[in-house]
Amino acid sequence: MVRLITHNLLACHVKGCTSNNFPLEFKDVQVVVRQSEFNPDFLRGFIAKIEWTALVGAARELGDTSLPEMQPETLDDDFLHTLHHVLLEIHVEEGVMICPNCKHNYPISSGIPNMLLAEHEIG
Amino acid sequence: MSRPELVAPPEIYYGDIEAKKYTTNTRNQQIQADMTYRALELLNLPPDEPAYLLDIGCGSGLSGEILDEEGYVWAGVDIAPSMLEVALEREVEGDLFLQDIGQGFGFRPGSFDGAISISVLQWLLNAETSHPTSSPPHRLTRFFTTLHSSLRNPSRAVFQFYPSSDDQIQLITSIAQKAGFGGGIVVDYPNSKKARKVFLCLYVGGGGGAQQLPQGLDGEEVEDDGKARFERRRAREKTKSGKRKNLKDRDWILQKKELYRKRGKEGVPKDSKFTGRKRRPVF
Repeated sequence: MVRLITHNLLACHVKGCTSNNFPLEFKDVQVVVRQSEFNPDFLRGFIAKIEWTALVGAARELGDTSLPEMQPETLDDDFLHTLHHVLLEIHVEEGVMICPNCKHNYPISSGIPNMLLAEHEIG
Repeated sequence: MSRPELVAPPEIYYGDIEAKKYTTNTRNQQIQADMTYRALELLNLPPDEPAYLLDIGCGSGLSGEILDEEGYVWAGVDIAPSMLEVALEREVEGDLFLQDIGQGFGFRPGSFDGAISISVLQWLLNAETSHPTSSPPHRLTRFFTTLHSSLRNPSRAVFQFYPSSDDQIQLITSIAQKAGFGGGIVVDYPNSKKARKVFLCLYVGGGGGAQQLPQGLDGEEVEDDGKARFERRRAREKTKSGKRKNLKDRDWILQKKELYRKRGKEGVPKDSKFTGRKRRPVF
């Protein structure tokens, strides 16, 4: 269940990989859309934490172009619904996430990303 | 029985069978639920504000289910794939990660509004290999520093764990403090063997005045209904006079004799009106 909400918080944690390690790139993804409950209060609180360009980029990678390039100033209901769909309803089931800096692969299988590191990669 | 963390590393100990057992055990479910509620209480999140929480060592999602119920959005990490599989089957709401917390997190700074962890920290206290990155202090340091940065300021992290000695508590708190956390240990029911629970309450940022460490619950093990739990023993009925009713009454004797006859035992006395009657002192 890699949703974009978590993808947007996830950086590479390999030893020494401290810059340009966000966002992880998707590759060979299978996407499933699952409905979930709309919670506008949560979204309003969460929007401050979002890296907007990374979110838009990731959504485009997954084939969703409903988000505007720039983060809108006002949070109307339509926008929150779009945001909700992108953040919480798009699930990446299978695929790989690749760190743009060190090229470490984080494989995703049945919705769970494998974040384990090899011994020499532990910081 | 020795503690599970002394038997094998978590990803091996919680294999398919153990993960199922652990999750379906109602006693475990109850204990986990109680501790999760208590941890949430200690977390002291502002009400009416949907928070984004991290469940460290979420396992099969026993604690995650409670977070769902309480309306939190959460992400969980665990190292045991079998446990996560069970969590998938149970269709928990949170995002799951297969991750070794001793290797540290890769979350962006300020990602989470709080973190809880139920019965996990003790697993970090055993070295699995002789590699320097596998020593408990190194893993704890890595864990606490990366966790500290991924939490919002101000926020809290609450860990319930089973320390086996004071040295372990000492080690964990000192490393957490070095990583920048404030706070300390809260012990619930310190004088009880069964109900005693150790919580590590850590704070990120002070928010002006120093945060007050909450009080541990105290007193007798007053569990919700005031009764010792899991007591299945039959209470002996008392008659009006306060004397115990004899359990081996006429019906019981007849039943026993019937049973013996069925089994073909020889010499079972016949049933009569005297069966099960008390012999008076005077004939």
